[in-house]
Amino acid sequence: MAIAQHTPLVQLVNISKQFPGVLAVDNVSLDIFPGEVHVVAGENGAGKSTLMKLLSQVERPTSGRVLLNGQEVAFVNPQHAQRLGISMVYQEFALAPHLTVAQNITLGRESTRLGILDKRAEVEQARRLLQRVGLQIDPRRIVSTLSVAEQQLVEIAKALDVDAKLVIMDEPTATLTDSEIVHLFSVIRGLTAQGIGVFYISHRLDEIFQIADRVTVMRDGKVVATLPRNELDQQKLIRLMVGRDIKHLYPKPEPKIGPVLLRVEGITRRGILHQCSFEVHAGEILGFAGLIGSGRTELARAVFGADPIDAGRVWLDGKRLSIKSPVSAIAAGIGYLTEDRKRDGLAMTLDIAQNITLTNLPTVASWIDMGKEERIALRARNRLKIRTPSVHRKVSVLSGGNQQKVIVARWLETQARVLFFDEPSRGIDVNAKSELFEIIGNLASEGRAIVLISSYLPELMNMCDRLIVLHEGRITGELQRSEFTEERIMSLATGASEGDML
Amino acid sequence: MKDTIRSTNEVTGDEAAPVPEELPAAQRTIALLRLKGRLGDFIAQMTAAGALIVVFIFLSFASPDFLTTNNLINIIEQNAVTAVIALGMTFVIITAGIDLSVGSTAAMTGVLGVELIAHGWNWPLALLAAIIAGGVVGLGNGLLISVARLNPFIATLGMMTVVRGLTDVATNAVVVEGPSDVLGPDNFGVIGLGQVAGIPVALIILVVLSVLAYLLLSHTRLGRYTYAIGSNQEAARLSGIPVKRYLLAVYVILGLLTGLAGMIAVSRLGIGEPNFGIGLELDVIAATVIGGASLFGGQGTILGTLLGVFLIGLIRDGSVLLDVNLFTQNVIIGIVIWLAVLWDQFRRRRISSLAS
Repeated sequence: MAIAQHTPLVQLVNISKQFPGVLAVDNVSLDIFPGEVHVVAGENGAGKSTLMKLLSQVERPTSGRVLLNGQEVAFVNPQHAQRLGISMVYQEFALAPHLTVAQNITLGRESTRLGILDKRAEVEQARRLLQRVGLQIDPRRIVSTLSVAEQQLVEIAKALDVDAKLVIMDEPTATLTDSEIVHLFSVIRGLTAQGIGVFYISHRLDEIFQIADRVTVMRDGKVVATLPRNELDQQKLIRLMVGRDIKHLYPKPEPKIGPVLLRVEGITRRGILHQCSFEVHAGEILGFAGLIGSGRTELARAVFGADPIDAGRVWLDGKRLSIKSPVSAIAAGIGYLTEDRKRDGLAMTLDIAQNITLTNLPTVASWIDMGKEERIALRARNRLKIRTPSVHRKVSVLSGGNQQKVIVARWLETQARVLFFDEPSRGIDVNAKSELFEIIGNLASEGRAIVLISSYLPELMNMCDRLIVLHEGRITGELQRSEFTEERIMSLATGASEGDML
Repeated sequence: MKDTIRSTNEVTGDEAAPVPEELPAAQRTIALLRLKGRLGDFIAQMTAAGALIVVFIFLSFASPDFLTTNNLINIIEQNAVTAVIALGMTFVIITAGIDLSVGSTAAMTGVLGVELIAHGWNWPLALLAAIIAGGVVGLGNGLLISVARLNPFIATLGMMTVVRGLTDVATNAVVVEGPSDVLGPDNFGVIGLGQVAGIPVALIILVVLSVLAYLLLSHTRLGRYTYAIGSNQEAARLSGIPVKRYLLAVYVILGLLTGLAGMIAVSRLGIGEPNFGIGLELDVIAATVIGGASLFGGQGTILGTLLGVFLIGLIRDGSVLLDVNLFTQNVIIGIVIWLAVLWDQFRRRRISSLAS
């Protein structure tokens, strides 16, 4: 830690970024010293990522200045920033999957001799950089054959050019397991020991306290506060991030649990799911916990008939169902709200009303009943508080939270009695989140069976009556609400048996 | 239940922390995985090569006229035009692009070349002009795609129609003839029909261009960026690659090769034919796809493309020898395209399931 030094490595001075209709970064000033880990925290949409893109010259600032070692830096392009020693590790993997590790690491700065690529030099350079991030793989491997964690480290290696001074990491742990995170942190400490500054974007509290030297909290594009870690505690940080008390973030009504509604037995998909069995009661919210890739989504999709299964049986209300496709699942009363609503959930070019009635079109003698469609849409808008002046606007103009409500509305129209919510809070802001959880709670109270899939433990622990935990396609444990602790869930999710933890 | 969980954990526990430690198991699989990554291209080539050999052997027995020097030279000469364009198309398709305008462009450049020769230009100059004209069309495509951000399919569909239309306007859709002494087999005709020391000139041209294309694609920045753009355009952009410039370059390269191909066709036909090359673009695209290129980008090789061209060429040639009519030939080629892509999908799924 080097706060004692006088000249900051990089300074952002009164920097702003205006996108059409939204001021994403609003007059932000920020600095970082050599060897420092400066965490930029905030909710989704707070402007953290945009701020960092201004620094790495992916986006051009609308106003403001960037200083490197006290010298003003001209805006050119990401390559220029990297040549200055400022590079960014992106949130979504920015690797070319068909190319090799070495080709990716040297992409954009290949060494050539007489125009011919020097492949040996490129492998050597890659090997040196991989060493700095502690990754022992052959640089000639094709990137698509690497694990997610390995790809992440390759990205960091790519960011570490010969003389990187500042590395920006945008939520690098989003898809990593615990032990991989531990390794990542040791890599980060290795970098700071060499005097490299690290801007680290995150909204995970535990991480922030582990890695930060200083923390800047952003909200609505503005800096709320910049504080050294030792002047912060969890409560204070949350208050700064959310801007209000979070008592009502997870409004959960008292559960009224009825008989078993959905029973699933022995679902198997070769290599992906192994003998998964569970039950959900009417009025109950059951959580699926587990790491990314543990099979949570796959299990939901299997029950919903979206993927073919090799074995397994499903009963609804004691009646055996034969689910071969989403069509038959929907007909039986099962709904699935996809993880990626933009890709699988919404028809972006249709309007709100059309999206709501998509799976259950009101028709009169095969003509669409427009009046009824409008009435359904208006009713849904009022009930779910979808914020829009008209139900005939394109669904693409809605915020993430309101889009999510449109999908919920669609499923309510199908009279679904079992609803799977796959990462429903992803990419929506805090207020919409608490509204959405209120809706989910109400749906359960009305006697539906709810399955909630989430990567964010507080969400599951607050909303669910019961949890099942998956690891590598197997159900490794089941916990009642009274048994919920982060440690127990994580140990099941990482496949450590409970005995090992104690 | 608990026991089974434990035992699987012991097996998979290693993989949960694959990164930092030396892992003998992982090390052992590295070679295999690396091979798997490359296996895709390799198998595509092997498949096309295997099919080529099977068809070749079949035709050798089925028709006495097949395995003759004349016929083999004929096959090479007949497919030289498709092959030359397909070299460039490989670059375009690897960027996840497509060019539907090559058939029209080949007709246009051929007609232009003949017109210039008819106006007294000597043929090397006319040839150069035709190649440049092809490059200009490619530049147009590239600008529409990279600067105007049109979808490549739409941009080149428009270009296909525009270029064909312009050619028809210029020629009234009538064949253009030039001085027969210049265009004849002893002069310009040498390019498409001549031989040097018993080797067809078309083959020499094709081999030289193929080697150049291979070097460009596999050993230069341009080739590397071609793959990078097709594999993940955003990653390429964020790595500081001037994506627009490279996309332009790729379409220009295809245009230049198409210009040359138009003149090779002229050299064979002895005339400028405004209706030349209708549907040629589809043969070219089919050949690259059979050779293992993916229309989604990031994949494809020069060798694979050449194998694809000559697989189609052999089928067409064999069909003529065996008296299969043209319409049936097209049915066969269509089925071969399906089979090639089905096989491609099948092995891709196999590879990804093996890798996980």
